[in-house]
Amino acid sequence: MSKDALKGPLPVILALPVLALLQVTLQDHDFLIYLTSLVGVNVILAVSLNIVNGMTGQFSIGHAGFMAVGAYSGGKLSLEMKDYALSFLPHVVSDQISFMLAILVGGAAAALCGFIVGLPSLRLKGDYLAIVTLGFGEIIRVIVQNTEAFGRALGLSGIPQSSSLAMILFWVFLTLLVAKRIADSSHGRSLWAIREDEIAAEAMGVNTTGYKVRAFVISAFFAGVAGVLFAHFVPIINPGSFTFVKSMEVVVMIVAGGLGSTTGSVVAAVFLTLLPEGLRSAFSRLDDPSLAQKVDQIRMPIYGLLLVAIMLLRPQGIFGTHEIWDRWKKKPKGAT
Amino acid sequence: MRFSLPLSILCSALAVAACEKKVAGPDHDQSGGVQGDPAPGNDPPPPAPGADDTILIGEVGSLTGSEASFGISTRNGIELAVNEANLAGGVKGKKLAVRVYDDQGKPEEAANAVTRLISQDKVKVILGEVASSNSLAMAPKAQAAQVPMITPSSTNPKVTEVGDYIFRVCFIDPFQGFVMAKFARENLKLNNVAILKDNKSDYSLGLSEVFNAKFAEMGGKIVSTEAYSKGDTDFRAQLTTIKGSKPEAIYVPGYYTDVGLIARQARELGIKAPLLGGDGWESEKLFELGGSALDGSYFSNHYSADDPNPKVQKFIADYEKAYGARPDSLAALGYDAAKVAIDAMQKATDLSGPAIKEVLAKTTGFEGVAGKITLDAQRNPVKPAIVLQIADGKFKYLTTVNP
Repeated sequence: MSKDALKGPLPVILALPVLALLQVTLQDHDFLIYLTSLVGVNVILAVSLNIVNGMTGQFSIGHAGFMAVGAYSGGKLSLEMKDYALSFLPHVVSDQISFMLAILVGGAAAALCGFIVGLPSLRLKGDYLAIVTLGFGEIIRVIVQNTEAFGRALGLSGIPQSSSLAMILFWVFLTLLVAKRIADSSHGRSLWAIREDEIAAEAMGVNTTGYKVRAFVISAFFAGVAGVLFAHFVPIINPGSFTFVKSMEVVVMIVAGGLGSTTGSVVAAVFLTLLPEGLRSAFSRLDDPSLAQKVDQIRMPIYGLLLVAIMLLRPQGIFGTHEIWDRWKKKPKGAT
Repeated sequence: MRFSLPLSILCSALAVAACEKKVAGPDHDQSGGVQGDPAPGNDPPPPAPGADDTILIGEVGSLTGSEASFGISTRNGIELAVNEANLAGGVKGKKLAVRVYDDQGKPEEAANAVTRLISQDKVKVILGEVASSNSLAMAPKAQAAQVPMITPSSTNPKVTEVGDYIFRVCFIDPFQGFVMAKFARENLKLNNVAILKDNKSDYSLGLSEVFNAKFAEMGGKIVSTEAYSKGDTDFRAQLTTIKGSKPEAIYVPGYYTDVGLIARQARELGIKAPLLGGDGWESEKLFELGGSALDGSYFSNHYSADDPNPKVQKFIADYEKAYGARPDSLAALGYDAAKVAIDAMQKATDLSGPAIKEVLAKTTGFEGVAGKITLDAQRNPVKPAIVLQIADGKFKYLTTVNP
């Protein structure tokens, strides 16, 4: 009993000192922090989309839309709360509390949108979801572009940059934890059943729409969280950051990593986010600076070529549907 | 669990009650890193190859993506200025080098690139970006690290409002609206003008707003205001409404892609009134799209290739020799931004951010190819704009409007 009671909060308790340590060691490296933050946001996006596209086998391509909902609602809230603080706490702590509040509000707003979009469209089968989510993403972008309060085409700037590495990694960790717990639960097995054969799952008594909507809402929530985090370390958010291209980037990550594999999503998100910067570093080591400048521009084609190569060599993605923790789990089972 | 609801209500009540207005102080706004010692990691530059005898200038631009032509023109202009300076002996006996990073036209990439320039490459000055939203993504980072940043062509007023390390060498949007209003009222002696603005672009909205106010102030009348969205292809509905109000000219402060089509459709509908516009019109593509429909129209711009000033003509000749194309405004502004930066580094007591900033803030009467640059207290240049007329598929210099 006591063992089970600990099982819930234990990973979080263990993770916090590690995050604090990371935060302290990386404090003076602005560029590393920025890059890690970007990686963190992309990991959250990929892992959360994987719950819908990978585990449940639905095809959503509007993830950037949910991210935008989170970024704008959370960002706007922070902007409004910028001048207020809790009197009994130091500013730093109170800023973090309002940041946390913004994250939760942004996530909730995105989850609500996920529910509204998901409820009617997840009753449909096949490609309809893709079209609906695509439409949703565009609608959000157009609304933002035409709303004075959201800064229109120029975007929203001046959002307090209260994001910290620890906060981002904490949410990455939380997303991973939720994804893993879902996959291991009976809920996850129902999702898996829907992915493999929706009709058979329904025949076996799985409430397919209910499960799909729940997966969709959870996924949207974390996309919203990723958006809020994004808005608090990039000095300006503008509609151009949440286009269809961003949605596709996330889809590419989970497909390259292996649909259904959380590990794959993480690895691919980290790899694909760092790749352009890695190429930039590699190129700037070249002796001739003018050559390095020219090569800088072909980073993107190289990125594309690598993706083609991955898909040709491993069509099921880097990890397929496997997880890294499958290895640890199976051993004791084989022993008994 | 039973207590969780009352507990959370209590907590939030406490939080709301404890909310207070922050005391205005430097510790929680974006210019947070201003006072005190320079940002961490700004110690002596790393022992990169040749670091001792070169001064690194950082540039962020959209070299790929939908605004690639802007980024490339700017980069060429900057490169030209730096090469000239190096031929003349460099700055303080050291050679200059430019490190350009592509941001694909995205703000998050621009912020990434500028962070990299500041903390990895330890550049002395940052040049860029063209698009105001990307400059706004970069400015807080440069401000916090106390590295002076000069944007060649971001015209949105908000950019330099970020802090005292952010400068620009182009005029701002409100000024362009004013220039066209003044020109329409005083030179063309117009009384009734219609406005057709692009709802999707901040630039277009800013220009039309100022035009509207200033033109009315000078005694003119705005007879109708219509809007479209960038990327539309059919403007007949708006143009028909405008036609009904019988304007003597139509102010269309949009980008050349839309303006070409608007001009064509206006002529098809039998509107003879000339169009007026801003610097977004400047592109050779305008003639491909608009053909002869634009003849007799006017727009405000940063510089004109017809300017007889020998300095301008030399710049045009050098640029054509190096890149095989006629320099546009963005190239001229990139060139000016780099020149201003080099001049400031030359005059500064040392190459630290604050020293360069001090000199930059005092820039007065700097002879740029796109006009004389004198920076005001908001670090925006006070400089004249040029009005060009379109005739026979060419831009023709018409007049200079002073602030």
